[in-house]
Amino acid sequence: MIFLTRRATFSASHYYWNPSWSEQKNEQVFGRCANRNGHGHNYTLEVTVAGQPDPLTGFVVDLKWLRDVIEHQVLAAWDHRHLNLEAPDFASVIPTTENIAIAAWKRLEPAVLAAGSARLSRVRVYETPEIFAEFRGEA
Amino acid sequence: MNAKSGKAYFGRRYTVSASHRLHSAALSPEENRSVYGKCNNPHGHGHNYVVQVLIGGAVDAETGMVVNMAALDEMVRARIVGRFDHANLNLDPLFVNRVPTTENLCRAVFGLLKEALPTGELEQVRVEETENNFFECESE
Repeated sequence: MIFLTRRATFSASHYYWNPSWSEQKNEQVFGRCANRNGHGHNYTLEVTVAGQPDPLTGFVVDLKWLRDVIEHQVLAAWDHRHLNLEAPDFASVIPTTENIAIAAWKRLEPAVLAAGSARLSRVRVYETPEIFAEFRGEA
Repeated sequence: MNAKSGKAYFGRRYTVSASHRLHSAALSPEENRSVYGKCNNPHGHGHNYVVQVLIGGAVDAETGMVVNMAALDEMVRARIVGRFDHANLNLDPLFVNRVPTTENLCRAVFGLLKEALPTGELEQVRVEETENNFFECESE
């Protein structure tokens, strides 16, 4: 099995807020991330697919194809957007790094499955170089 | 807030600058020089280590988080950064009878964190000694 990873970057704003909590509790749990004017990050997305190299091309998947899938499925929706206000993925979940990784997985998996040659193995999202979250499709 | 998400992972990187000397009491001076090379320099040397901590668990439906980063930071800074940053690893009680290779440092960090996590499971500790080498420890 070969694992192939493609990176992409997007810039977006967000804030952390649980509407069922008081303002004080939101500020206590989320700190500065609860500022409702939002703040932003340069996110790095790492998409890993797993499969066997095609005997003819030597590719697990064509990297250009994977780049386009990431562009169309994720970056077109999130890059230079406010995730709380503009991305339907976060209508009922807080756009934490964990939930961004899960939402990216949901956006990418159908296209990877449809291509048939590989399975989505891992999605990792870096919020900063020191903070990341990952989803592997586990229940 | 909607619950139904599965297991996810949260990763956090910390920097620890420390010195060490690789020297085994079980080896002769010649053998130490031969095995450890420059790392056997009697006066020691140092690295900017990166300690990467990976926590796995369910995403909490109320917070959207696997682990609260502020709580994780507080714990890691107390147990790891406070202990090893700007210190000589050879003088730490953990390395009295154990060579402070990055393998052993990685395992020591894993053990120190394992027992003190605020929430979630410790999936992996990675210690990067330089940009070109790193070590990973997972529970077995």
